[in-house]
Amino acid sequence: MLAKTLPEIGGMGHPIKRKEDLRFIQGKGNYIDDVQLPGMIYGHMVRSPYAHARITAIRTEEAKKLPGVLAVITGEDLAKANLAWMPTLFHDKQMVLATGKVLFQSQEVAFVVAEDRYTAADAADLVEIDYEELPVLIDPHKSQDSDAPILREDREEKSNLIFHWEVGDRAATDQAMKSAPVTAKVNAFFPRCHPAPLETCGCVIDFNSATGKLTAWITSQAPHAHRTVFALVAGLPEQNIRVISPDIGGGFGNKVPVYPGYVCAAVAALTVGRPVKWIETRSENLQSTGFARDYHMEAELAADKEGRLKALRVKTLADHGAFNAAAQPTKFPAGLFSICTGSYDFSSAFCEVDGVYTNKAPGGIAYRCSFRVTEAAYLIERAMDVLAQELKLDPVELRRKNFIPPEKFPYSSPLGWSYDSGNYQGALDLALERIGYNDLRKEQAEKRERGELMGIGISSFTEIVGAGPSHTFDILGLKMFDSAELRVHPTGKAIMRMGTKSQGQGHETTYAQIVAQELGIPAADVAIEEGDTDTAPYGLGTYASRSTPTSGAAAALAARKVREKARKIAAHLLEVSEEDLEWEPGKFSVKGAPGKSKTIQEIAFAAYTNFPQGMEPGLEAVHYYDPPNLTFPFGTYIAVVDIDKGTGEVKVRRFVAVDDCGNIINPMIVEGQVHGGLTEGLAIAFMQEISYDESGNIQGGTFMDYLVPTAVETPHWETGHTCTPSPHHPFGAKGVGESPNVGSPAAFVNAVVDALSHLGVKHIDMPLSPWKIWQILKDKGVTQ
Amino acid sequence: MTTKRAVDITVKVNGKEHFAAVEPRLLLVHFIREHLALTGTHIGCDTTNCGACTVLLDGRAVKSCTLFTVQADGRELRTIEGVGNSSALHPLQEGFKEKHGLQCGFCTPGMIMSACALLEKKPHPTEEDIRWGISGNLCRCTGYQNIVKAVQYAAEKMSASASQA
Repeated sequence: MLAKTLPEIGGMGHPIKRKEDLRFIQGKGNYIDDVQLPGMIYGHMVRSPYAHARITAIRTEEAKKLPGVLAVITGEDLAKANLAWMPTLFHDKQMVLATGKVLFQSQEVAFVVAEDRYTAADAADLVEIDYEELPVLIDPHKSQDSDAPILREDREEKSNLIFHWEVGDRAATDQAMKSAPVTAKVNAFFPRCHPAPLETCGCVIDFNSATGKLTAWITSQAPHAHRTVFALVAGLPEQNIRVISPDIGGGFGNKVPVYPGYVCAAVAALTVGRPVKWIETRSENLQSTGFARDYHMEAELAADKEGRLKALRVKTLADHGAFNAAAQPTKFPAGLFSICTGSYDFSSAFCEVDGVYTNKAPGGIAYRCSFRVTEAAYLIERAMDVLAQELKLDPVELRRKNFIPPEKFPYSSPLGWSYDSGNYQGALDLALERIGYNDLRKEQAEKRERGELMGIGISSFTEIVGAGPSHTFDILGLKMFDSAELRVHPTGKAIMRMGTKSQGQGHETTYAQIVAQELGIPAADVAIEEGDTDTAPYGLGTYASRSTPTSGAAAALAARKVREKARKIAAHLLEVSEEDLEWEPGKFSVKGAPGKSKTIQEIAFAAYTNFPQGMEPGLEAVHYYDPPNLTFPFGTYIAVVDIDKGTGEVKVRRFVAVDDCGNIINPMIVEGQVHGGLTEGLAIAFMQEISYDESGNIQGGTFMDYLVPTAVETPHWETGHTCTPSPHHPFGAKGVGESPNVGSPAAFVNAVVDALSHLGVKHIDMPLSPWKIWQILKDKGVTQ
Repeated sequence: MTTKRAVDITVKVNGKEHFAAVEPRLLLVHFIREHLALTGTHIGCDTTNCGACTVLLDGRAVKSCTLFTVQADGRELRTIEGVGNSSALHPLQEGFKEKHGLQCGFCTPGMIMSACALLEKKPHPTEEDIRWGISGNLCRCTGYQNIVKAVQYAAEKMSASASQA
């Protein structure tokens, strides 16, 4: 365990209140739509009503005639500047504004620029576009049919297949499947859902024609990567681009990609010569920006009669929509989906994924998720329950029998990962104890006698987060390291700038706590700055629970570099050799003479006023951290549900979440993250789906039908922790933000299926709406 | 089509009288954010679901994205900027900070305004009262649990100071 600093220092482990809150509670945050520049004008997107159609004409004259309209930009206009298409974050390209044809409903077709947002919206209605409808491909299972329309005419390969990817030992797995006494299979669809941060995406873009500098305020989770993309796409010198990511009203992966609106606003700013603001509406956000999941998965487990696992075989069809705009590390077309062996010790495994195009919005982004780990965790935890049902074993017993034991770490998984540390049994035991598992099973048995429906669902998930390391991970060639630059001022206060960008995670507090831990400078005295590419060191941004594993590590190591220099200055001030000094948080003392010491504040002052001759003045350090491995947080979640037989409504009576994310920086913030992620998991499990009708019309494109739970639907969450530090992280942390979203859907679904298992129900696809459950109850003759 | 005939209005905002000539279709939230530059009131949806734009109109919590500015003529508005400041935080603002009732902060002003209206009507709310009282406001970060605690904190603090008075 880490040494605990005094509360007034506020190092790691202290639940200190967040520094960023003071502005937010007073309405003084600075979100994208709050950015106001002199002469600023507004952009509005014209979108396609069709899912697949040829554009035969675009008439902009009427729109341009409207007083206050300054420009109408079309795909043809962009094509002249070679900007009609842009690269996605994953080996594909995407139309900025459609040329030739549209490929999904709500696709960007024209961009209207006007003096104010009302005029821009009026003018958008006056843009006349003629479409010729084309056959629509909605069902990904039909994408390879011989009569399926080929969607992407721009590609050389005349096929709707984007990629086939496989990993593991197919032959050994097939053999194990064939010879196994028991097998179980589940077909599980993880529906298309959307991160839906409360603030939509947007930008303000200003081009100074005198200096040639483009300043872009963007709701960006990865401002440096966006700057580089802008430089590459627009051909502007990178030093003349400044991306500023202001306060962000939630991201959850939605704000990682570059969207057409940003490019259009930049083109408009350059052509009109005034700053341009573009802010999505909620419908535009849900209908056109990065969706998540949409994985059609099949898992087969092989086991012996006692339930000891032998092999796992997984086959998945991934619906990527019209463009492959997944934000995925280059080498991993299905992200980290190969963590699908989960917490269990398999001798062989094989996993294959086919990615296909359909006439749907592009995406496949990592929604509070390390690149498909959510799909993987859901699949294995669902499959384990199906096998338990097959074997008539308690799901707890099946898990216990098959956990990777603590002594096997570092553990090499059959699909190629090296798990850093884990104690899965420990987390399960704590969760069982907290929920009172045995009593609940008794209660369930009694209720079944009376015909009441109650279920208990367990999910003992394992995560994989913190990408890099750089030898394996890059996005568009940019290696996935991250950074921190720490400057200690003469008065002992400090500022640290980071390559990441908070969207609510509380970085201004937690990073300061890391410095407090390492240097003994009170967290209150350390300012944290992120999101301005002109000042922050280069980094890949915040998503996939990578901030603590990467920039957090960089912060600690930068602080240790400062401490080493401080030691030299302290030796000079105390006139002893460096070896004679010992460190405790906040000061160096002479060994055996505790009265003789220098505080970090005194040393900082000396770094500018009285440093040893020949030493470089100042007290600062920068560190770019390339992690040696990923981190593997884990946990056990248990849900208890009651089902209303009359309505099919599921009530989550209790939910216990035991997380193990290694050493914790701020327990209050970790608990808050868990609450939020569980609520997102609840929404995914019970309420949310973006589906399409056969003509490609979006269902679930507004908050009227894409439901976000309110305080009334959200249950009370119970949290707990075990602590298994990461052996390779500088302070043993693992990251936690996405765990609750990754681990909870399986707990909810397992609980509902458990409640109905005695009726022969083995699996139900999310979302578990009352209507869907009621139909099952009706089929089973349980309700009228 | 646009009709730019302006309408004169008078509205009291956070205790201060404002006179303005506005387009009849101007949404109240745009008037607050862009004409008055009070950007603490946010916009999170276009279907009156999210509540990020909640303000008090004559003491009642309303979603300002679904009202025209002209509907506020002659009435009194209170926004997050009129609730408290760093040197004198409102108990609700304090509660949100103390109980970690916010993460990204985008829903926070609307939540505080709804909670203000709730506590005005029900100074001693139960947990259920609070959950229903903020059910017109969506939060994507917190799972509401700590928001409930924040409102409870404020209710206790406000009733303690009321009983002292």
